[in-house]
Amino acid sequence: MVDKHTVLELKGITKRFSDFVANESINFQLEKGEIHALLGENGAGKSTMMNIVFGLYQPDEGEIYINNDRVTIDNPNVAIEHGIGMVHQHFKLVEPFTVTENIILGMEPKKGMSINYKQASKDIKALSDRYGLDIDPYAKVADISVGMQQRVEIVKTLYRGADILIFDEPTAVLTPQEIDELLNIMKKLVAECKSIILITHKLKEIMKIADRCTIIRRGKVIDTVKISETNTQELAEKMVGEAVSFKTEKTPSQPKDILLSVKNLVVKDANNKNMVDDISFSVRSGEVVGVAGVDGNGQSELIEAITGMRPKESGEILLKDQHIESLDTRSIYNAGISHIPGDRHKHGLVLDFSVKENMILHNYYKDEIVKNGFINEETVEKISLRLIEQYDIRTPGPQALVRSMSGGNQQKVIIAREIDMNPRVLIASQPTRGLDVGAVEFVHKEIIHQRDQGMGILLVSFELDEILNLSDRIIVLFDGQIIGETTPDKTSDRELGLMMAGNYIRGESSENQKNIPI
Amino acid sequence: MKIRKIFQYDSLLVPIIAIALGLIIGALFMLLGGYNPTVAYVSMIEKVIGSSYDVGELLRTIAPLILSGLAVAIAFKVGLFNIGVDGQIIMGSLGALIVGTQLSLPSIIHGIVAVLFGALLGGLWGAIAGYLKGSKGINEVITTIMLNYIALYSSHMMIRAFMPQEGTQRSELIKESASIKINFLSDMMGGARIHWGFLIVILVLVFYHYYLNKTKWGYEIRVTGLNIQATKYAGINSSKIMVRTMFISGLFGGLIGTFNVLGVFNYMAISASTSGIGFDGIAVALLGGNTAIGILLAGILFGILTYGAQGMSFGAGVPNEIGDVVISAIIFFVSAPGIIKHLLYRFRNKQKRTENTDETTKSKKGA
Repeated sequence: MVDKHTVLELKGITKRFSDFVANESINFQLEKGEIHALLGENGAGKSTMMNIVFGLYQPDEGEIYINNDRVTIDNPNVAIEHGIGMVHQHFKLVEPFTVTENIILGMEPKKGMSINYKQASKDIKALSDRYGLDIDPYAKVADISVGMQQRVEIVKTLYRGADILIFDEPTAVLTPQEIDELLNIMKKLVAECKSIILITHKLKEIMKIADRCTIIRRGKVIDTVKISETNTQELAEKMVGEAVSFKTEKTPSQPKDILLSVKNLVVKDANNKNMVDDISFSVRSGEVVGVAGVDGNGQSELIEAITGMRPKESGEILLKDQHIESLDTRSIYNAGISHIPGDRHKHGLVLDFSVKENMILHNYYKDEIVKNGFINEETVEKISLRLIEQYDIRTPGPQALVRSMSGGNQQKVIIAREIDMNPRVLIASQPTRGLDVGAVEFVHKEIIHQRDQGMGILLVSFELDEILNLSDRIIVLFDGQIIGETTPDKTSDRELGLMMAGNYIRGESSENQKNIPI
Repeated sequence: MKIRKIFQYDSLLVPIIAIALGLIIGALFMLLGGYNPTVAYVSMIEKVIGSSYDVGELLRTIAPLILSGLAVAIAFKVGLFNIGVDGQIIMGSLGALIVGTQLSLPSIIHGIVAVLFGALLGGLWGAIAGYLKGSKGINEVITTIMLNYIALYSSHMMIRAFMPQEGTQRSELIKESASIKINFLSDMMGGARIHWGFLIVILVLVFYHYYLNKTKWGYEIRVTGLNIQATKYAGINSSKIMVRTMFISGLFGGLIGTFNVLGVFNYMAISASTSGIGFDGIAVALLGGNTAIGILLAGILFGILTYGAQGMSFGAGVPNEIGDVVISAIIFFVSAPGIIKHLLYRFRNKQKRTENTDETTKSKKGA
């Protein structure tokens, strides 16, 4: 039996950034051998709290105890000395280095003047075996899968002697099967007396694996609950502060004419590899076509080819009866395709522009707002105010910099802009990535609403729940090809997961494996 | 997110502190050299406002600094680092010289044509780098530096071949009809070299502000400079915009060259190196935060420091180089704003901790 005592305790932690209180009187206890989930929306203060624990920020008030000793953690090295390890959401690995080189980076075992790689590799192998991590110390990081890269990050913390592991949104980049593996690893770690803090906003995973859950909202601890005594609904309501519904209400789709048809599309990358390999499909008016697949199987190339951002090798793309495969991006927009890009910071927004400047990204040159080359500020202001109101964008005003807004509100700016173009087809790539529950609900409702108005929607997402929840038809991309097509009521996340991994075994799914939303 | 807000507020504070630190460091250097900084700075001020001649010559120093700052700034705004203003100045001078010496036109028209042709050459010179970057992805820092050399040596060749002044290291003089001097003002200011270019500088400042912030073309420039990926997404032709912007940048540089030839010297020298005004422009743009008003103020400041340095050497025996030390120190602190921001941050934090902290707890959603 594991000795249950508190390994990490935060007492009255407060952290301010000028007049913004990121953490307010946080109390938190982590017991030995437990998985303690930290749940909260984006911007709730989870990251600030963990950055304090990891020594990246200094609290303005409050105390930290490790094994009941008061400690001051003023930089990450001190945190590591106290046995705290962090598995970051974005891996901090050197790609051309081997697994071993990455793990020992900064604390290389020496043998005389040179690094003792042999010993290091042996140690790493031993650690890997002990926790069932199955990593190859000699592989190059660039060559291994995302799931294994994450396990390398885990070993990195263990190699540094971590007893308290912080996982920051660890499942965001994984396939369903990889998620299962990770959860098993976490179980093994706690069985070996490690303690885990799991930062996430995925309720399903918390219910599956955590022992306790602390919910944070607007910088304050709302509650700490035992998982055995709660349910997803309760957790979600505590997180958001109001009642939420997971399943987007929708009536069966009534697809009409074909709006977008893609025929034999081939897109090559710089190395002449077929990233999109002879794909054909269509999107009808009034339906949502979901594109499932693991990141990197041709989704972004497909979208960029349709929207004219990327040259096409061959194939046809038609919008109604109009050939658009040889048009440039602007003409494709004007023909009636809108695009919610997968990376809103990279493509969708100019972060250092105000809301209203972002609203006119597609229209800034059009006669309706330009006279003699001068942009009519009044008109732009009016358009922005209308969209802010209509889409409930929480911002100080049209002048506010988009950079200063939350992810959900940034996404609303894009969605407002794209839907206001009144397109015939909307291409939505990962429209809810990184958004909290409330914002996800909003986006989903809007997509269904537009569908019901007769828009054709192509939805690309790495979140299977989102695909299953919104789509009327699903196509699965693997290695640039459509490996399967199905509908949400005939499949499960397990089957989709297999298809996404390249194993198309149709008909193996059974009803009792059916997906539970979120 | 809030930290960013502080930084924006600091956009005014940082240059002021940088200037103060620059002056202090200059004073330290003077003390080290055994000079009296107070006397030196006073004589610097006396120099720049001492006589109407000095005021006129100060203006002559300031005009190219502002234009050069604007040339660098507009390129910055589209995301390019234009090191090539010096070369664009040379092309402007060359264009003005060709029209000024080779054509015969009525007096006012001659000057206008010479200015326009010079500016056009400068613009085209800038556009080359813009084209190479926008369409071929060739780094503009390298191309503009190389274009500087090409401009310098081809101007030597052109002067020697077609417009030499025998026995000297300079070109022949421009025709009187091409001059853009304002003779009556010049006479009033004790012969200071005052020219119509000042008016153009003011117009360019106004143009810069409105073009960049109020027009669709300026919008395109800012999108390209802030997020080039967004231009791809929105179907904005960023390479075309880079060419256009570098043309405008070169136009500004070219104007400087035309003023030098048509308003100040009446000839073009065969000098061993470029003027360096293009590099001063980088500093002006940086200190001015790429805004029209900022560049105006920074140009005036650097003009005072450059021109006033002569007064320091005359009044306090301080070598001219001290003026350069002050300018360099200011640039150093402006271009490494992290240092000042860090100091400010420390300072504010300390203040906050000693204050009672109770009233700051009102939370405001901002993240």
